[in-house]
Amino acid sequence: MNWELIFGQIKWTSFVFAGMIENPSLSEAIASGAGSIAVLGALATVILLTVKGWWVPLWRDWLTSVDHKKVGIMYIAIALVMFARAVIEAALMRAQQLAATEGAGFLSADHFGQLFSTHGTIMIFFVAMPFITGLMNYVMPLQIGARDVSFPLLNAISLMLTMAGAILIMVSLVVGQFSTGGWSAYPPFTGIEFSPGEGVDYWIWAVSLGSIGSTLTGLNFAVTIYKKRCPGMSLFRMPLFTWTTLCTSILMIFAMAPLTAATIMLALDRYAGFHFFTNGDGGNMMNYANLFWLFGHPEVYILILPAFGVWSEVVATFSAKRIYGYTSLVYATMCIAVLSFAVWLHHFFTMGQSANVNAIFGIATMIIGVPTGVKVYDWLLTMVGGRIRFSTPMLYHINFLLTFILGGMTGVLLANPGVDFQVHNTLFLVAHFHNMIIPGVLFGMFAAVQFWFPKVFGFRLHEGLGRASFWCFAPGFLLAFFPLYWLGMMGATRRTYMWSNPDYVPWLALAMLGAGLILAGFALMVTQIVVSVRQRAQLAAPLGDPWDGRALEWSIPSPPPSWNFAVLPQVSSQDPFYEAKKAGIAYRSPAAYEDIEVPRNTATAPLIGLFACAWAFGLVWHIWWLAIVSFVLIWAVVIARSFATDTEETIPAATVKALNEAFLAAARATPGVTRDREMTSDNKGRAHPEALEGRAGTLASGTAVEAL
Amino acid sequence: MSLSERLHPGLNLAGTDPEGHEAAEETLFGFWIFLMSDLVLFAVLFATYAAMSVQGIAEGPRPAEVFDLTAAFVETLLLLFSSFAFGLAMLEMKYRENRRGVLVWLLITGVLGAAFVGMELHDYYVMITEHAAPPQASGFLSAYYLLTGTHALHVSSGLVWMVIMAVQVAVFGFSTPVKLRLMRLALFWHMLDVVWIGIFTFVYLYGVAS
Repeated sequence: MNWELIFGQIKWTSFVFAGMIENPSLSEAIASGAGSIAVLGALATVILLTVKGWWVPLWRDWLTSVDHKKVGIMYIAIALVMFARAVIEAALMRAQQLAATEGAGFLSADHFGQLFSTHGTIMIFFVAMPFITGLMNYVMPLQIGARDVSFPLLNAISLMLTMAGAILIMVSLVVGQFSTGGWSAYPPFTGIEFSPGEGVDYWIWAVSLGSIGSTLTGLNFAVTIYKKRCPGMSLFRMPLFTWTTLCTSILMIFAMAPLTAATIMLALDRYAGFHFFTNGDGGNMMNYANLFWLFGHPEVYILILPAFGVWSEVVATFSAKRIYGYTSLVYATMCIAVLSFAVWLHHFFTMGQSANVNAIFGIATMIIGVPTGVKVYDWLLTMVGGRIRFSTPMLYHINFLLTFILGGMTGVLLANPGVDFQVHNTLFLVAHFHNMIIPGVLFGMFAAVQFWFPKVFGFRLHEGLGRASFWCFAPGFLLAFFPLYWLGMMGATRRTYMWSNPDYVPWLALAMLGAGLILAGFALMVTQIVVSVRQRAQLAAPLGDPWDGRALEWSIPSPPPSWNFAVLPQVSSQDPFYEAKKAGIAYRSPAAYEDIEVPRNTATAPLIGLFACAWAFGLVWHIWWLAIVSFVLIWAVVIARSFATDTEETIPAATVKALNEAFLAAARATPGVTRDREMTSDNKGRAHPEALEGRAGTLASGTAVEAL
Repeated sequence: MSLSERLHPGLNLAGTDPEGHEAAEETLFGFWIFLMSDLVLFAVLFATYAAMSVQGIAEGPRPAEVFDLTAAFVETLLLLFSSFAFGLAMLEMKYRENRRGVLVWLLITGVLGAAFVGMELHDYYVMITEHAAPPQASGFLSAYYLLTGTHALHVSSGLVWMVIMAVQVAVFGFSTPVKLRLMRLALFWHMLDVVWIGIFTFVYLYGVAS
């Protein structure tokens, strides 16, 4: 019996627990502990689903759904689960570096290498990407007055491919090792000669799955925005979040292909003995560096642009003012999107180009500061003269402006090749990009969760706990990363598991303290969600407009029905819902209702995801039968689906009418809540527009607002 | 908007099938974008080949020593004629909705396409056995096989797609989804021509000339 035919390269020693039994140490114990958490977590989920009888609803209402709103929620759920893992890994790395001053610390060098590789890979591909994708999924179609994205099934397939990649990375906790090559996986280190074994293969296939999913997402969203806007929604009436979604989608269409090419070439080198990036036989790793960063630099703008969109929505809403410089914000976004393709070389200034080439890319990099600066001034000027409410999303925004500017300045420093030669590959760089991504992208997503949560679930999040969480995250970030600038300038190299330099200890201790605060912030955020779910009766805001919102998504009930808009809205200005409230024509009954066609749920996407995951697992472990069978099954599902004809169902106009009229009647009957009572249980999602303050007088009775 | 309006580049259904014409706008536009991102992939592979065909030769053979221009020229003709045949299939679909006509032209397209893939595989066989030029020999050959192999893989998946569409034409006739799929397959097929012209010019002609 040839076991390798069946199990490929998996042996019993591949399981993480074997390492603990054969070679017990604290490092192995931590690895086994992490593996156990993954296994127990999966087990607990299975038990919970069984006990509660949730398997059927999970399959029927969620996994098989092609509704952009549910797809979006699932994306964000993936992001939060993966965030929990990656943030714990970060804290472990900080603890190791602090503990390693007297001895070797408690993690082996190899384990540390896996930690920074999974941390980076997960944070970029399976936290930041699903977070922004989920948010764009949920919000963008609502903002443009559409019933769904252009290709709902493709959207679900993108989700399931991303989920397959995330599952593969979680499996690597238990079966085998992950890559130690960092999130950028530079060959020749990640080639077969220096990294034999499954680690790099896990990286390759998890990232490839995510990358294909993102390409399809970009395509889908771009087409949606170009083709599915409601009547009157010209491009320059689109909300800024939609604009940034469009730019990000375009970047995804162009930028993901180089990554896919790079991972395929690396795979061919490793699996089939090709010579793309090997040391000899004509291979050249510089091509990898170019390909990877041709993706990698646009990628950071793929992440930050949607966050910029969130900031634009948040600052306008919580300043109760129209966004300042709408047009300049649009053009700045476009400039950034274009420039993002012209700067990739600054990721490897030190890798052998001539000084002139470096200078050109250094200047191009600094130029990106200009449109970004325009945006910062626009946000600041939006606040000028506004009636600012310091609610949680706004706190995140102000924190963003302060810290992002500092990060931007260190970016301009790094854009100078002369400076870069001094601090490249040190913690200075690590501090810089965390300084951009955490207050920019991550806190942007946290602000978005606070902002749109009531839209998604029909109740607000607990404001006190939200602020408490903010007050851990914001100083936690400063403490965790600003010391790294100093450490970097003192010469501390990145991705190093021990230095034994006593001068570093105070800074490392501060960073550790910051990591602790960040963990506390995350714990408070989870608490906030749990508490809010429990108090959902007091926090309920089903009427859809808890913050006196401006774009179309606030004009419909929370949570929205599966068809979003009972009748497709007609738009004649920017901020259409806000203008309607101001003119007193919001919540008017439409003249007539029509039947609505919505796509039926289908098992296509989850099956493709399942087989894609099995296919990748087969490739990682050289289980060829599994890889071949799964690959055939993926395409069998696609082909079978193309023969399905009954893919849509009709919601009768009467159903739509009954639900929508009930909502409109409730909205008209409920007194509008003024902004100072926004955080009380009076806020049922019916806003008394700030614009009418002082004009309509008090709004005590239901009749007073009926005119609106 | 008037229905004769062109809603997307390429063959429109305006005039013969107003309903299908309207449905085509979003779907075809989406497919154009897909083709664009696919072309980015090919662009990256071309760039890689451009670098490696000069700097990645190592101890292996040079381009001029392994390429067979005659075979490449015949392959070019096969692929271009297959595209022409597909064009005729699409005209049959648009103006006559004639199952037999469409199926016959699809069959001709498929046979020419399969002959192209067969010839290319034969090229590989000759290179590996007679010129000792497998992809593992050098960076240049790795890039050559990846670029042409990705193209061949696209053509092969196009062939599988074509078989499925032939079955769907036979089963469903010319329903709107079937028409839109044929239109997309046609665009896909023509794009592969464009890529092949690039390969023929840059890889083969330029490779033998330099």
